[in-house]
Amino acid sequence: MTIDLLSTVTSATLYSAAPLIFAALGGIFSERSGVIQIGLEGFMVFGAFSGIVTTLLLEEQLGVVTPWFALLLSAIVCGLFSLLHATAAITFKADQVVTGVAVNMIALGLSLFLVKQIFSGKGQTDFISYRLNKIDVPFLSDIPVIGPLFFTSVPWTSYLAVFLAFFVWIVMTRTIFGLRLRAVGEHPGAADTVGINVVRMRYMGVILSGVFAGVGGAVFALSISGNFSTITIAGQGFLALAAMIFGKWHPLGTLLAALFFGFAQALSISGPYIPFIQDLPSVVLTILPYILTLVALTGFSRRSAAPGALGQAYDKESR
Amino acid sequence: MGLFYLLSVFKKIKGGSILKKLGILWICAVVLLFFTACSQANSDENVHQDKEEKRTIKIGMITDTGGIDDKSFNQSAWEGIQAFAKANGLTEGKDYKYLQSSSEAEYETNLNQFVQANFDLTFAVGYKLKPAVEKIAAANPKSNFAIIDEKVDLPNVTSATFKDEEGAFLVGIVAAMTSETNTVGFIGGEKSALMQRFESGFEAGVKSINPKAKVLVQYANSFSDAAKGSAIASAMYGQNADVIYVAAGGTGNGVFTEAKNRKAKGENVWVIGSDRDQYKEGLPENVTLTSMVKGIHTVCEQLAVLAQNGDLKAGTMEFGLKEGGVGISDTTENIGEDTLGQINDYEQKIITGEIIVPKTRQDLDVFLANLKS
Repeated sequence: MTIDLLSTVTSATLYSAAPLIFAALGGIFSERSGVIQIGLEGFMVFGAFSGIVTTLLLEEQLGVVTPWFALLLSAIVCGLFSLLHATAAITFKADQVVTGVAVNMIALGLSLFLVKQIFSGKGQTDFISYRLNKIDVPFLSDIPVIGPLFFTSVPWTSYLAVFLAFFVWIVMTRTIFGLRLRAVGEHPGAADTVGINVVRMRYMGVILSGVFAGVGGAVFALSISGNFSTITIAGQGFLALAAMIFGKWHPLGTLLAALFFGFAQALSISGPYIPFIQDLPSVVLTILPYILTLVALTGFSRRSAAPGALGQAYDKESR
Repeated sequence: MGLFYLLSVFKKIKGGSILKKLGILWICAVVLLFFTACSQANSDENVHQDKEEKRTIKIGMITDTGGIDDKSFNQSAWEGIQAFAKANGLTEGKDYKYLQSSSEAEYETNLNQFVQANFDLTFAVGYKLKPAVEKIAAANPKSNFAIIDEKVDLPNVTSATFKDEEGAFLVGIVAAMTSETNTVGFIGGEKSALMQRFESGFEAGVKSINPKAKVLVQYANSFSDAAKGSAIASAMYGQNADVIYVAAGGTGNGVFTEAKNRKAKGENVWVIGSDRDQYKEGLPENVTLTSMVKGIHTVCEQLAVLAQNGDLKAGTMEFGLKEGGVGISDTTENIGEDTLGQINDYEQKIITGEIIVPKTRQDLDVFLANLKS
């Protein structure tokens, strides 16, 4: 009984945190290279849009693999879409917050417009038939205690998200690319002096953030909402941004932060069925996620760890 | 709107390099391009003013952002107007017409277009249009408006609302008849007087069939959080509920996804939809047991007839089972014969007034106490 309840909480945590993890990892790439990424929300919207549209148009031909193909395509499309932000913020040195906000507005308007064009005037799409389903991991789900807690009723994409967080951590700390990306974000002038192409590194950072956030949006649409409308992505991008800051721009910290957000919400939802917790007034459960977040933020984020040159356009002459 | 915002920001950046300004201009250009594309698509929808013919009634309709074929409120309302127009020989575009709103900013402009074209009655479909209707109706006291599913208290506005509790009562009966675990769930959008009608109507229906059934109730505090919907559904199904009634807009998408996931794994779980027939949302796994539907088209048609005869009055009109305002979806393939029989019985009892369905939790307590005695 208790293990069932705990399993509900943990699987809901992994399930709802996955899109946040993807998007927040994307944010890390961009912000570590020194470009503020308010546009995560916009990339998620566009990722959700392209994921659903691809699936709807191709599911008859491709069958079960369609959502995976759609995921891949969303990554590419959002990578290209992020060039808009990159061009404005890096090449033209525009205010990065403003361009990010513009990205959010364009993504929402453009995707709704395209949905209406593609599906003859409809304001929202139909539901997809092939989703990224929740699965029980073979063999691992049979392990007592750990199996039901972590390996049942979770879609593959959640494990992919956790795996990628570690992967990004290694890329950031153990590869030349990661070192250069961080150098460009901390002190672009110094990086330039030693021969690193600042503009190119920042472009890569922004494009990668588009790719990751796009996948995050697509994962949300393909595994949770099942269709696309203007309310499919409503604030998840900003939540991802918060997870990134909470996690101090560190891939693993961000992973934990995203999981923590998911856990706080799952706990508040399952609260009414958990002994002891169910005796609390319902308003306590409703505000629980926010209280926990506030406590965590004030308790752990004493020292901000933002990249040194975050938000500053790099001007060669001002070196 | 976005463009103006950006332009104002552009003006504020004085000290920036010329490149910085170029960057903002570049974004502006893209936005401009996009909005031009949008307005081109809509340019053929301008209302033409014809004033010669004034014998027949002119009816306009404004959609919310869902679009005219949203398979929901807008489409249903338009079908009702079309039925009325057909019966009275009206021509589309001249005597009756709709305007789509692609953003919330267009509500007021669209309403104004009908006012300026001297339309006799303009339907505003959906609660989202309430602020726009309040503003335009107050500014144009000689024009008449009707708002669906929301109340606007003005002398030239007719508000049509629904007795949601009666529809919820019927789906409660289906839930109780279908449940094998004697546990059912209700997921609402936001805790409000309106949602309480759904909740208490549903619970009354369930307990009328099976007084011992357990009804789990939870509110998502959002109409657009699919992730939360799925998590709540997961928790409820985990608590042995096998039927969940969801009235929570986009949050409901997550409930459907969760049910499909479980059904694909072999669990026998159901979802009851709301507002419209959500049978298709449940496919391919077929998880939609039934849906509580609102007869928007009947309501729009009735209001149009009243307006035609000059009998349309300001104030609030409530549409229940009797008036065809609420009911159960036409797709009944997942419901058994005896359940259908029960539904008919209770439907009659509600229409004749033998059963008065509770609208609030307090009324529900009284109702349940009466059931026991």
